Amino acid sequence: MTLTLVLACAAALLALAPAAVIVSRSPAATPLIYGASLIVTAISLAAALAHLLGAAAPFSVTLPVGLPWLGAHFRIDALAAFFLVVVDLGAFGASLFALGYGAHETAPGRVLPFYPAFLAGMTLVVLADDAFTFLLSWEFMSLSSWALVVSHHRVPDNVRAGYIYLLMASFGTLALLLAFGLLAGVDGLYGFAQMRVAHPSATFGALALILALIGAGSKAGLVPLHVWLPLAHPAAPSHVSALMSGVMTKVAVYGFVRIVFDLAGPPAWWWSILVLALAGVTTVMGVLYALMQHDLKRLLAYHTVENIGIIFIGLGLALAFEVYGMTFAAALAFTAALLHVFNHSLFKSLLFFGAGAVLNSTGERDMEHLGGLIHRMPRTAFVFLIGCAAISALPPLNGFVSEWLTFQAILLSPQLPSWGLKLLVPAVGALLALSAALAAACFVKAYGVTFLGRPRTPVAAVAAETDRFSLAAMFLLASLCLLVGILPGLFINALAPVSAMVLGGHMPAQTGAQWLALVPIAESRSSYDGLLVFVFMVLSGGLAAIAIHRLASDRLRRAPAWDCGYPDASPATQYTAMSFAQPIRRVFGSVVFAAREHGEMPPPGDVRPARLTVTIHDLIWDALYAPIAAGVGIAADRLNSLQFLTIRQFLTLVFCTLVILLLVLAIWS
Amino acid sequence: MVLIPDLAVQGAQMLLVLVLAPLLTGFVRKIKARLQRRQGPPIVQPYRDLVRLMRKEVVLADNASWLFRIIPYLIFAATWVAASLVPTFGTGLLFSWAADLIAIIAFLGNARFFLALAGLDVGTSFGGIGSSREMMIASLAEPAMIMIVFTLALIAGSTQLSTMAEFMASPAVGLRVSLALGLFALIMVAIAENGRIPVDNPATHLELTMVHEAMVLEYSGRHLALIELTASLKLLLYVSIIACLFAPWGLAAAGAGWPALAVGVAAYVAKLAAGGFLLAVFETSIAKMRVFRVPEFLGAALMLGLLATLLRFVSGSF
Repeated sequence: MTLTLVLACAAALLALAPAAVIVSRSPAATPLIYGASLIVTAISLAAALAHLLGAAAPFSVTLPVGLPWLGAHFRIDALAAFFLVVVDLGAFGASLFALGYGAHETAPGRVLPFYPAFLAGMTLVVLADDAFTFLLSWEFMSLSSWALVVSHHRVPDNVRAGYIYLLMASFGTLALLLAFGLLAGVDGLYGFAQMRVAHPSATFGALALILALIGAGSKAGLVPLHVWLPLAHPAAPSHVSALMSGVMTKVAVYGFVRIVFDLAGPPAWWWSILVLALAGVTTVMGVLYALMQHDLKRLLAYHTVENIGIIFIGLGLALAFEVYGMTFAAALAFTAALLHVFNHSLFKSLLFFGAGAVLNSTGERDMEHLGGLIHRMPRTAFVFLIGCAAISALPPLNGFVSEWLTFQAILLSPQLPSWGLKLLVPAVGALLALSAALAAACFVKAYGVTFLGRPRTPVAAVAAETDRFSLAAMFLLASLCLLVGILPGLFINALAPVSAMVLGGHMPAQTGAQWLALVPIAESRSSYDGLLVFVFMVLSGGLAAIAIHRLASDRLRRAPAWDCGYPDASPATQYTAMSFAQPIRRVFGSVVFAAREHGEMPPPGDVRPARLTVTIHDLIWDALYAPIAAGVGIAADRLNSLQFLTIRQFLTLVFCTLVILLLVLAIWS
Repeated sequence: MVLIPDLAVQGAQMLLVLVLAPLLTGFVRKIKARLQRRQGPPIVQPYRDLVRLMRKEVVLADNASWLFRIIPYLIFAATWVAASLVPTFGTGLLFSWAADLIAIIAFLGNARFFLALAGLDVGTSFGGIGSSREMMIASLAEPAMIMIVFTLALIAGSTQLSTMAEFMASPAVGLRVSLALGLFALIMVAIAENGRIPVDNPATHLELTMVHEAMVLEYSGRHLALIELTASLKLLLYVSIIACLFAPWGLAAAGAGWPALAVGVAAYVAKLAAGGFLLAVFETSIAKMRVFRVPEFLGAALMLGLLATLLRFVSGSF
């Protein structure tokens, strides 16, 4: 029943795409399409929530579409239902936001048809129950989001972003195709149900893990496969950026979990080492990249890379615990990862919405041209602050809860017998702690430079508050961030069926403890009570305010800024995004980015200005992608001469190829 | 009802930290002055400063936003809540389970996050320099602190400060290499987090190396009073954490009677005095370092913490 409803919703979204093409010239098209998407995703969200919270049994259906002898298999189980909730909640928020934001779109005809198609693609990936349907939906999701990335195709950067995205997406799909091929075994049974019972050999399982890491990891943004992400996510319209960063990366996480935890059979001990090492590097690299940015949306996109690292740390730990039969610890790590999936989809969407509101109001994405927006966009500034605090893992908001659970899982890992893990896990813990601290620095910078201080350009000085729909979407997500932060137990209980399905065990129900506290293992070991912490903070802050205003002075006088007696009227004397990050760039950047500062000071009497030049290299791009691109270029140049052969030479070429292929086949069998 | 006395003890702890915090700051200043052969202000001077600041009007920069005005209350609340959950004179406080040591570190991170925003709010260069450097220092101090927490948590089998303190007081602890490394790292982090010499100098204004004072330069009146009080609380908090983990003597057990509590309070005051004295001696005997030497200092703390954690992972006996 649920599945039918959800599939009907996906079909409705698919139908909206051609409808959008027809009506796109009409001024009513934008509210119509986004309004319809809003209603459809709300229904789908309700159905998915009912399935997850009701802990309903898995349900599958086969539709007579797709390959004639195969059909399209769809199935909803706890894992799919959870990710469907993430997709639909993100889509619901984005549609609500777009009701206001989309009105400013200059070319709605290039956005409206692909938006519902993109939503349908993501829904179908999560529901697919055979490799063919999965890959088809996956590719559909990639292509529709690509179309949205290049919707503003006159901007040269967007075209480059779209090109790189297309290449990486095809490469990722190829890896997934091969992974499914290996898992399908010799009989070539592509249904997930058949794969699940046909355990692959150790080699095939390992290859499937590596291919899933490449395929799903490149879509999620694991370093070093992340390069497309910070280019493509910001290039799309902001509500689509929010969907790509907040939701599509989670669909990639779903793909990884489905293949590695569900289909690939029992894991080997070294799988977790590979995942944890990649995840640890991803976490720190992501946030360091983000710190170096001054484009608000690109900063957010790089920060997604960091959060994907945190999620994969949880998944890697879960794999490690699962191998050694520590089901309880595995459930804790897995729940932490899933909760972070949910949390990140909330605050990353919120932050992209905020960036979109700023972009709409000022036309600027570059933080160096903004500043002081808290005075002109107070509501946006307020919700953006909540998003920044949540993503920086500050209590009592939601980001802290999932990071806290991950730390608790790390603290269980000395019991692991493997020496490789014993040495790696503390290092990963240090990287996680480092990234949490750097994330706070990153968001102090993002918020401080964009919303605080004085306006750096005239557009920032005359910005106006954004519209009601955008604000409603942002306030909805911000209140969810707070709700998950203060009542994490409810959400962890909802995740129990997922972890029970995947790992065969789940965290203890979080309702028994007093005051709704979160007790992952035992109360004497660790506990955290978001609600109580929130109440304490409000009470003590309020108490201090009341006491001081009653008992002491409450007088206030406005005056020019003091600045130690040297205030400068020019807003250019403020700290900028680049200068804020300078100490961190000096500490970490000289190694990680080969960052160099070169100061040019003219001699006394010379009237030229002094100049400071900072160079930053993306070493991953230089070391990995630039050689590949150069190699492809050289090969293409060489092959170019083949274009000008005579028909006789072409035929010889075809004949030789045929003979070689037949020979290979003969030797193979 | 057991709840009423428990609530009273919890309330007493909250008041105690609030009352003792300025005293500790005054005590450290006095000792430092005496070590420099100065008379120094009286120990109660910080209270007088607070009262004076509370009575004065607030001079707010023209450009300051609503956030600037609520941040002093926010950071005070976060630090106070953190300080009231640390075992000072007794373990097993009523609400000690509401947050473990990781959460307490995160509360302090909360306060720092908002204070750094306050530094950027008015849009002056001094505020920016303070915020930027504070976040750089924090980006190393916080992971170092988490590593220390890992070490201690793995020894005590809990991240709950009460349980940890009880374990540390029990004979099961013994002498361990990882504990020594953890203590060293914790002291280094505490010095950096509180902006003490050699990382920052709490007694300077208008010096290009200042960090904390630069962030709060635009604050005045009651706002400044709260920020000063918060800084004192933070110092007290770190001394209390070190005391309850590495000198857990005299801590009253949960549900203990009045005599045990009185002993606990006396022991706590003595520990604070010892901690303050050592801090003053340390600060007097060392010179402040350049700001870009600080990462090396904190990097060492991080490495010590990581080493201690690794030792714990590799073998239970270190």
